[in-house]
Amino acid sequence: MSTPFTTLRSRTVVLHADDVDTDQIIPARFLKGTQKTGLGEHLFADWRTRPGFPLVQPGAAGAKILVTGINFGCGSSREHAPWALVDWGFRAVVARSFADIFKENATKNGLLPVALPEAACVRLELALQANPALELTIDLAIERVSLPDGSWFAFSIDPYAKHCLTSGLDELGYILSFADRIKAHEQR
Amino acid sequence: MKRTLFEKIWDAHVVAEEAGRPAVLYVDLHLVHEVTSPQAFAGLAARGLEVHRADRTVATMDHSIPTNGLPIVDDAARTQLRTLAENCSKHGITLYDADSPHRGIVHVIGPELGYTQPGMTIVCGDSHTSTHGAFGALAFGIGTSEVEHVLASQCLLQNKPKTLEVRFVGALPEGASAKDLVLAMIAELGVGGATGHVIEYTGAAIRALDMESRMTVCNMSIEAGARAGMIAPDAETFGWLEGRAHAPQGAAWTAAVERWRELRTDVGARFDRTVVIDASQISPMITFGTNPGMGIPITAPVPSPDEADPGDRAALAKALLYMGLSPGEPLLGRRIDVVFIGSCTNARLSDMRAAASVMRGKQVAPGVRVLVVPGSQHVKRAAEEEGLDRVFRDAGAEWREPGCSMCIAMNGDMLQPGQYAVSTSNRNFEGRQGPGGRTFLASPQTAAASAITGRVTDVRTLLGGLP
Repeated sequence: MSTPFTTLRSRTVVLHADDVDTDQIIPARFLKGTQKTGLGEHLFADWRTRPGFPLVQPGAAGAKILVTGINFGCGSSREHAPWALVDWGFRAVVARSFADIFKENATKNGLLPVALPEAACVRLELALQANPALELTIDLAIERVSLPDGSWFAFSIDPYAKHCLTSGLDELGYILSFADRIKAHEQR
Repeated sequence: MKRTLFEKIWDAHVVAEEAGRPAVLYVDLHLVHEVTSPQAFAGLAARGLEVHRADRTVATMDHSIPTNGLPIVDDAARTQLRTLAENCSKHGITLYDADSPHRGIVHVIGPELGYTQPGMTIVCGDSHTSTHGAFGALAFGIGTSEVEHVLASQCLLQNKPKTLEVRFVGALPEGASAKDLVLAMIAELGVGGATGHVIEYTGAAIRALDMESRMTVCNMSIEAGARAGMIAPDAETFGWLEGRAHAPQGAAWTAAVERWRELRTDVGARFDRTVVIDASQISPMITFGTNPGMGIPITAPVPSPDEADPGDRAALAKALLYMGLSPGEPLLGRRIDVVFIGSCTNARLSDMRAAASVMRGKQVAPGVRVLVVPGSQHVKRAAEEEGLDRVFRDAGAEWREPGCSMCIAMNGDMLQPGQYAVSTSNRNFEGRQGPGGRTFLASPQTAAASAITGRVTDVRTLLGGLP
């Protein structure tokens, strides 16, 4: 059970990159643990040391929304990627698109994947460039990302993922409610 | 109703499907390894749940296990491996542990031991689970939450993916391998090109591939973003599986093959998309950049960001900066530091044979480190029975114990910052083979040829063939 997701208002971190793979989000050498916790300090471990990396800029502290490019979270299936993002403090990623497994893993950890069209992302990024301290509001119930000036962009999310995020429930209870049918399938 | 291979397997495994909900999909085989399972077992314990079908769950140690034959020195990795052993023991799950003569990379031993069979649904907390699709199974990687779901229920929730047919017409030329074929496909589709889709590989060039080559192709489906990749089973598939330890035997085998023959896409069934690739135009491929879609024929120059699509320019420039390459320069002849022959993509016996055939009687170039890491203990023994280990050792290469090794660099096998490697693995992401390391992905033949010269080498020229 994760914290129910309703409305999120937060500053952002903008990461201008496409095809960010999970090896960058959390390099494999940090996957030797047996817990889900404590991975935030290794988030983007190999990119953090680069000058100007957005995550380590002063304004990034406390930001709960990551804004990024195409195909975010491609590569390995490691759920350590959303664990690290959530542990660092992110509750949503706004991207042009997401890799399939990452998207599945994110919603299971209370991290909202918001896919917006290119034009919307560019407008968001321009607004954030003009004022990096700008706060975005993500309203999951009505599936909108809005700017303080009142402009907004619609996104869509799988209804069941939305249900799980807003209720904080996970899927296992639902799956186990079909125990009889699972047994019946096994006896076919 | 005409159905695709994927749809036939999907339909046969849907346990329940309610409006507005993903399907509850039954999993026939759940493969487990040390890295993505501990938190799932802990979740199970926290809920007071048991493993629903230990008999459909198989575990191995591969990612963080040393391949130098020495005891593990990394405390965290040792704890993780011990945790897997304890969890398997507690729940009655078969584990191929460090001492097992059957241990190996999860995607090598599944097929090798006959667990992987046509028509199955197969999952593992590992994106390269797509490998098993080579047998006409629906096989895909899952996260650790889903590992927990499958342990508890033998099911997971899935939205039905779309279907993509990738049809390879023509014949793959001499000198080009399955690795080259799949690298060419990823270069064409892009790393996100198949997102949301299950690929079915069809066409004459696919039918002509042996089983191990088909596994190489399906293995890298995820590198194009696909949920899974699959190939309809045929006589080649059945011949490869027959007699394997966990495959059906006797009358059960005969009955199984009869069922499996139905596992093909019906004539007239529709895919959501079809891409046609002319296999006859594929030549040895190599990657130059920092994702598997950045691949070129080995004889081609490094692409220029100026000539790329506007949307790709920044990524291309960033990749070349990381790789220390200039637009327009040839990769052929570029000095390398390390050659890695291994991984779930290319560590089967045929891969070992292919590399050995190039290295036989030759010497590794001075200053180049060459690691040959068989995919399993079975592969290792079989290679040794053929004397392949002698070929590698005599050439100056390291012949190591099975594991994921330098593909993911979790076990101490890693590149040093700035080093260049030709690698038969599946990912050239920044730092994948060690922080600061730079990876050129290629076939075992290309890797072996490059080991001999110490430079990126076209195996066809080394063997005195075409350009």
